[in-house]
Amino acid sequence: MSSSPQGDKALDGYSKKKYVCKLLFIFLLGHDIDFGHMEAVNLLSSNRYTEKQIGYLFISVLVNSNSELIRLINNAIKNDLASRNPTFMGLALHCIANVGSREMAEAFAGEIPKILVAGDTMDSVKQSAALCLLRLYRTSPDLVPMGDWTSRVVHLLNDQHLGVVTAATSLITTLAQKNPEEFKTSVSLAVSRLSRIVTSASTDLQDYTYYFVPAPWLSVKLLRLLQCYPPPDPAVRGRLTECLETILNKAQEPPKSKKVQHSNAKNAVLFEAISLIIHHDSEPNLLVRACNQLGQFLQHRETNLRYLALESMCTLASSEFSHEAVKTHIETVTNALKTERDVSVRQRAVDLLYAMCDRSNAQQIVAEMLSYLETADYSIREEIVLKVAILAEKYAVDYTWYVDTILNLIRIAGDYVSEEVWYRVIQIVINRDDVQGYAAKTVFEALQAPACHENLVKVGGYILGEFGNLIAGDPRSSPLIQFNLLHSKFHLCSVPTRALLLSTYIKFVNLFPEVKTTIQDVLRSDSQLKNADVELQQRAVEYLRLSTVASTDILATVLEEMPPFPERESSILAKLKKKKGPSTVTDLEEAKRERSADINGGPEPAPASASATSTPSPSADLLGLGAAPPAPVGPPPSSGGLLVDVFSDSPSAVAPLAPGSEDNFARFVCKNNGVLFENQLLQIGLKSEFRQNLGRMFIFYGNKTSTQFLSFTPTLICSDDLRANLSLQTKPVDPTVDGGAQVQQVVNIECVSDFTEAPVLNIQFRYGGTFQNVSVKLPITLNKFFQPTEMASQDFFQRWKQLSKCTDSHCGQARKPSLRDCVNCCQNSFNPQGWSIRLVCLCIFLHLYHLSSLPCCK
Amino acid sequence: MYTRIQHPLHLSMQFMLLFSRQGKLRLQKWYVPLSDKEKKKITRELVQTVLARKPKMCSFLEWRDLKIVYKRYASLYFCCAIEDQDNELITLEIIHRYVELLDKYFGSVCELDIIFNFEKAYFILDEFLLGGEVQETSKKNVLKAIEQADLLQESQNEEWGGLSEDIL
Repeated sequence: MSSSPQGDKALDGYSKKKYVCKLLFIFLLGHDIDFGHMEAVNLLSSNRYTEKQIGYLFISVLVNSNSELIRLINNAIKNDLASRNPTFMGLALHCIANVGSREMAEAFAGEIPKILVAGDTMDSVKQSAALCLLRLYRTSPDLVPMGDWTSRVVHLLNDQHLGVVTAATSLITTLAQKNPEEFKTSVSLAVSRLSRIVTSASTDLQDYTYYFVPAPWLSVKLLRLLQCYPPPDPAVRGRLTECLETILNKAQEPPKSKKVQHSNAKNAVLFEAISLIIHHDSEPNLLVRACNQLGQFLQHRETNLRYLALESMCTLASSEFSHEAVKTHIETVTNALKTERDVSVRQRAVDLLYAMCDRSNAQQIVAEMLSYLETADYSIREEIVLKVAILAEKYAVDYTWYVDTILNLIRIAGDYVSEEVWYRVIQIVINRDDVQGYAAKTVFEALQAPACHENLVKVGGYILGEFGNLIAGDPRSSPLIQFNLLHSKFHLCSVPTRALLLSTYIKFVNLFPEVKTTIQDVLRSDSQLKNADVELQQRAVEYLRLSTVASTDILATVLEEMPPFPERESSILAKLKKKKGPSTVTDLEEAKRERSADINGGPEPAPASASATSTPSPSADLLGLGAAPPAPVGPPPSSGGLLVDVFSDSPSAVAPLAPGSEDNFARFVCKNNGVLFENQLLQIGLKSEFRQNLGRMFIFYGNKTSTQFLSFTPTLICSDDLRANLSLQTKPVDPTVDGGAQVQQVVNIECVSDFTEAPVLNIQFRYGGTFQNVSVKLPITLNKFFQPTEMASQDFFQRWKQLSKCTDSHCGQARKPSLRDCVNCCQNSFNPQGWSIRLVCLCIFLHLYHLSSLPCCK
Repeated sequence: MYTRIQHPLHLSMQFMLLFSRQGKLRLQKWYVPLSDKEKKKITRELVQTVLARKPKMCSFLEWRDLKIVYKRYASLYFCCAIEDQDNELITLEIIHRYVELLDKYFGSVCELDIIFNFEKAYFILDEFLLGGEVQETSKKNVLKAIEQADLLQESQNEEWGGLSEDIL
């Protein structure tokens, strides 16, 4: 570029155009261009068409929507729009549609609807105006005024010119999604238009016929528009059903051309029609026909069609009318797993198997998935693992099968078995008495393999720690053998697993007094007591001490068997949803849940709920503290469970909380600084300090992208109850956050009285064109305001004894004071004198909590 | 009944890329606002992914939360990103119709035509697709619009042979 233009020299239009064009060329070769923009703006304002054209091209290719230049060119665009020269108007509209920034919406959103519906506007300009308006509406829906133009736009569906109808349909579809009432009349118009198209002969539409298919793009768009609405009223519905039948019939006719374009266009319309049929989900006849049609495609020689058939059938599987029909294709689908050469097709097959699974075929499908897992591509293994785990749990009649399946999963694909999966198997084993002995026996056998995955060691350690006694009668799995087996894996494991094993050991001390000395020796060894890892060292020290000083009674209480976990949605499911994006999986799951209730003649008792509800003993579920109690359940009769709530993560009613934030919240219970939340766009860090009843929290919002956040507004949301007890004060932050920048907000906190909920931090901002909304719970918990106190042991035990009397009279049985009592006491005695007791309770509580802080409690 | 959740604002096409078998980008059209850095990253990732695919594989793939529809014509790959709910087959035919338009305009189009007359390739695309939606599907109408513009250009009496005259 030796001849780049320099500022002083005046260039004529032609050279300017040439240079700008060269710059564009260089940009398109992949280099950055940071000059020449002004020349382009000049060209754009020129009266010569060729110069104007290149100016517009440069702007729409190179200029970002938030560039300063936009304001400069708006004036030129305004002139061109007013020029009444269709070519100039076209250029201007294309430019607006290409850039589509908010500034442009501000300038032109009022003007374009007028151009669109004016009687004398040329067809081609109408088309551009419709799509231009659509783009502006997407960027800034608030700036596009609804008005009487909307009804006239709907009538464009009747226009003579099919190009205008095509463009208008896109616009109407988008507008109708947000304002369904206002565009309701479009339904009947769309149906009659569609009907005219599908019944037309292939030559009727002239240039709008594409490889013998009449107006395929328009047909697809009309079918898409109809998916914004529920099935129409009977009169229109009859006509629509006819259309859909015609489309299905045409699929059976011999092709009019051998070209792939013919079959693609025809099938594009067919697939969109099937989407509409599934969306309406009300015509069993059509649904079954659609399913049969897709069944044919499953064995088609075109890979594309097989892929789409698998994908589309996945949604059909969730309709009660076609579920059975889909199931008949199971053989073909499992076969696809083995024979398809393209991983994306195999992935669709896995999805479909998952969707078509029910009680009748669960064993077969899980077996197929497990055998596929052995050879599956690494990229989809984790997802398959999650799916197998969910299906095995959901459709398990015999829980020994479930345990076997999960252990198989760990054996085949241990690295892809996430925490959620193995937490879940432990929860289920703990909640179901009938499977505990079997589980202990199976993990014991599995652990004997010379090389076993660390996840198996975790599951094995946990289960033997709880239920090892059930198999201890067999001399082949005597306590000492169990212990030695586990300990042989100890040194190969990572720190968290070792920590878990240490807890298993202390549980063994309680279960099997005969190995107590062996275990004490292990705990006492230097590699434990002086371990460099704080967590391991602390556990070793505490466990050793506990095993030495505590009487058998105390040991038995402290190391009691884990209580059943409260029912909650499987965290695996949540993980799968997160992986697959919210839309697809959610719908399927929801629909599936309803359907499974129908098919099996009543809601199936989820395993967790069955045992959780059957054992209401108040002391039993204490150690399950970390697990969330189901949110809507009110406080249980005698136990408001102050600490329970502090440690739980019941979702707030204010706003849906961001996924993953719960884990972070729990982490902040005992610490004050760190990262509270992080996603691809935003990071929220915290720094906080507390003294007596006052606290101060610094919240740092980091913009992780290179784009500005606009209208950035964090809000603190407290329920009325909370507001009375906790006062929060803060100042608003700057509404723009630059790319890569961090802003800080200070919150002053005063604890007025005791509180149980945590405030919610809601953050709203605009990123690019989209609106973002994030809610996280702010870790301000009661324990932050605790202060230590001293007390003579005599006083303490006096109070301790009183506690056991004062609580739980409804239970009718004399019990030893347990952890639950501490918690109750904390709840019942919030007054100045109560403080000290609460603190002692808390210490004991924390200590016990620590003991039980096996990963499963999370 | 009626359980499907609607996408908040459905968008047909997010972007379209044309690149050569060597991975050189020949045309890019973005229908969503993204930073240059992001665009470059997406392009790099996608070119790699698509080029790594074997000939008989299916033309659709899931990528991030989008669906990619691509097709190869001679040495050029045409690659579109659409949303989850969108129609893959019709997108495949959008690509084909665009190729037909280029072919008709240039007279059996080749990669060099698109390199040296890139502005024409963009103008044709703008007439055919606008804001990520199909604007005009009739081949005749699109080419008529382009020819009219060409006429305007010529009537202004300028010699403009594209860049090929003096760029190399």
